[in-house]
Amino acid sequence: MLTACVNGTDHPLPSDPRRTLLDWLRDDLALPGTKKGCDHGQCGACTVIVDGRRMNSCLSLAQLHHGDSIETIESIGSADKLSVLQKAFVTHDGFQCGYCTPGQICSAKALMQELSDGWASAVSDDITVTPAITKEELRERMSGNLCRCGAYSNIIAALEEVLADHPLHEGASA
Amino acid sequence: MRLPQDDTFNSPDTTNLLDRGSQGVIAKPLDRPEGPLKVSGSATYSAEWKSDHCAEGVLVLASIAQGTVKTIHKDAVLSMPGVLAVLADEAMTRRSTQGTAGEAPVQGVQTVEYFAQPIALVVAENFEQARDAALTLEVEYAPSDTPVAFDPESADAEVELAPDTEPVEGGDLDQAMRDAAFAIDVEYETPGHASAAMEPHATIAQWKGDDLVLHGSYQMLSYNVKEIADCLSMAPENVRIIAPYVGGGFGSKLGITHEAVAAAIASKQLARPVRVVMTRQQVFETVMRRSETRQRIRLAADETGKLIGLGHEALVSNLPDEEFAEPVTQATEFLYSGENRLLKVDVARISRMTAGSVRAPGEAVGMQVLEAAMDELAQATGIDPVELRKHNIADKVPVEGTPYSSRMLAEALDQGAKAFGWDQRRPKPCQTREGDWWIGMGMASAARVNMLVEAEARVTLKADGTALVETDQTDIGTGSYAILGQIAGEMLGLPIDRVKVLLGDTSLPAGAGSGGSFGAISTGSAVLRACEMIREKLAKALGCTEDALELKDGLASGGGKSRAYPDLLAGKDLAETGSIKPGDTADDFSQASYGAFFAEVAVNAFTGETRVRRMTGAFGFGRVLNAKTARSQCLGGMVWGIGSALTEELAFDLRDGHLVNHDLAEYHVPVHADVPAIEVILLEERDAAASPLQAKGVGELGICGAAGSIANAVYNACGARVRSFPLTLDKIIPHLPDPFTEAG
Repeated sequence: MLTACVNGTDHPLPSDPRRTLLDWLRDDLALPGTKKGCDHGQCGACTVIVDGRRMNSCLSLAQLHHGDSIETIESIGSADKLSVLQKAFVTHDGFQCGYCTPGQICSAKALMQELSDGWASAVSDDITVTPAITKEELRERMSGNLCRCGAYSNIIAALEEVLADHPLHEGASA
Repeated sequence: MRLPQDDTFNSPDTTNLLDRGSQGVIAKPLDRPEGPLKVSGSATYSAEWKSDHCAEGVLVLASIAQGTVKTIHKDAVLSMPGVLAVLADEAMTRRSTQGTAGEAPVQGVQTVEYFAQPIALVVAENFEQARDAALTLEVEYAPSDTPVAFDPESADAEVELAPDTEPVEGGDLDQAMRDAAFAIDVEYETPGHASAAMEPHATIAQWKGDDLVLHGSYQMLSYNVKEIADCLSMAPENVRIIAPYVGGGFGSKLGITHEAVAAAIASKQLARPVRVVMTRQQVFETVMRRSETRQRIRLAADETGKLIGLGHEALVSNLPDEEFAEPVTQATEFLYSGENRLLKVDVARISRMTAGSVRAPGEAVGMQVLEAAMDELAQATGIDPVELRKHNIADKVPVEGTPYSSRMLAEALDQGAKAFGWDQRRPKPCQTREGDWWIGMGMASAARVNMLVEAEARVTLKADGTALVETDQTDIGTGSYAILGQIAGEMLGLPIDRVKVLLGDTSLPAGAGSGGSFGAISTGSAVLRACEMIREKLAKALGCTEDALELKDGLASGGGKSRAYPDLLAGKDLAETGSIKPGDTADDFSQASYGAFFAEVAVNAFTGETRVRRMTGAFGFGRVLNAKTARSQCLGGMVWGIGSALTEELAFDLRDGHLVNHDLAEYHVPVHADVPAIEVILLEERDAAASPLQAKGVGELGICGAAGSIANAVYNACGARVRSFPLTLDKIIPHLPDPFTEAG
């Protein structure tokens, strides 16, 4: 049987090969925190973390994830027990309608791991060294997550606060 | 203390009751109370409600632009796995519903009026089956023998005066243009825009006997109930809509759209819940577009730069017979002086999806063009753009003679200029160069009409001393949960954690809905009124006058007595329903929110690529109800301004009216990398004529003119005066100076 581990629990993968990872999470596993904004990998609302790396779950078929470990917004923190990153989104008003928010947060969490791992981006001056954390770096790395309400600068402020308070190796688990 | 009055807002309210509260929660930058639910993914949006045995519907869109559906080959798909039904019911909606319609839009999907109009719904056991069947479904059409033009500029397009925008004519504009020391006569164009709210339109329909329950994504529930009921020929009382969280609207969810009625009909036929979620492409193709505009601006100024004449004429488009026409000249009516004037909107009847409200209909595109033209006048006169605008602030509305309510335009211009560092701007273009980039600054005024509409809300002071606010008002990201709680908290003397707000359910009193920037002030005023009635009863119970009553932290004091609410209420809940209706103040005063935008851009000297480097906005919209959520509204509007200035454009194929760029890969909304640090200044203001809260609308103000400030900054940077939005590279390059030119 094909299975994937979602938020720490193994689940059998769906039999219909057309089922996307996104629809499987939202409809079969009742984890609607991951959002469907475009179903075409254009908006980032469906971002989840697969084996530590962020991914647009709408672009991936569920059956491809046998043996994978998948982390969704539901595992990052619940409403009564928010993570540091989620709290920063609330205090900086890093959302309005809230629909892109779980994707932004999953993306931001994985981004911190990528920074911690020394990954360069298109705006990094020197790709051979660990990039400095600048607004420009953060904006570049978050640009796969659209927010039509336009909360972008508040989201960056939330990330900056978390990164300032928590050195990268901790920030990644914020 | 004000005497109890009827719920019609007939005269300005200068009691400023919210300023006399002791709790100190109003206006504070409090976090959104629903924030923890949203950031943890536990706020439930339309398509996410659990419904046992729910079938999935997928809409089928027309592959022709005009004609009739002759045959739908249902049988072939009905034999596919899991397929339950193929519906093409006459009650299904052909067009989208305009905001506050409260009645059915054009129905009947056998007739096709525009490319990609919904013509059928396929329902199956699961989404994959329904999608497969919808893609497979074969449909035969007969072409229309009375074709409608696709291009608003074509000679075949019928053009008429916009039904809902009264032209303004005064004096003799032609003569003023001849007499003017400085005359600007220019034509600009803006493209169509999409709301592109992040949550696609979705409805889950379920019948309980004759009662229909819809979980959906809508902005104005009390109107939407009537629209659904009218479509299905049933009583509005039998329709309930539940929408506590809505993933953005920006006009696209004001009225019901195609998936709602289709889901309801399918659910009835199959006797089980049916969910219909529109795809992103379907949302773009069939829901709602902002019309493209062609605008002629004429500015006639005397030698001091004072406007003696002002012309603003626009051509917009919509489907035949639609009342709505983008009200492009709405703010031009009152913003600046100039008694000789002609303001007029024409609408071309064309075959494209319904045109309707997209964030700030009218001002969003009217203001950016007017303000770009004002920059041309500033350039012609040599007057500083800020000073030119201040010089043209009118004493009363030109032609009409209406007085203004409170207006903070001059203050916004001054404070914005100071905070931005406008004095550092070099008036002539091509003066500042950093590497490959020309740097420039631009500014624009902001203005958006203020509207108060009918609303109701119930407030219950519970026996345990907490309060409950209930209304069907929606929160589409606007901050309704936060501000309605703060109004009640201030009025009833309760810390915010003792006030609960329930929204988005039509079983609750009818709020204003979210649209036209009127939700907060209208529904907020209803909450205020309900609280006033509760205060009256508390004063009576305590045995003091209302004037002497002081409420703080759940304690009522007055007349030398002091009692906690649970004690005062003696085990009984105290519930009141407040209401507000627009009255004489709407006609007696010109009411609007005002502001000013300042932008700094860099334009690549070789490629014409434009980057917004920083923006400042200063805004006056009466009382601020929550400084955090109000700031975010302004911020979001300015982000829309960046999109409108540089990237957003609906592209239609002129041969068949089909939308070419129908998703977020091709229609470019701003992303993180496009948005710099944005500074927002909220001005202190009370507008007694605007609402009993002394507050005005803010939800749309941040977009109204923002793109103009960016276009003006582009001109200041590199001398490219582009009169066609968005300012894409191809439009800027022809105007660029030799890239090897030295600055200055």
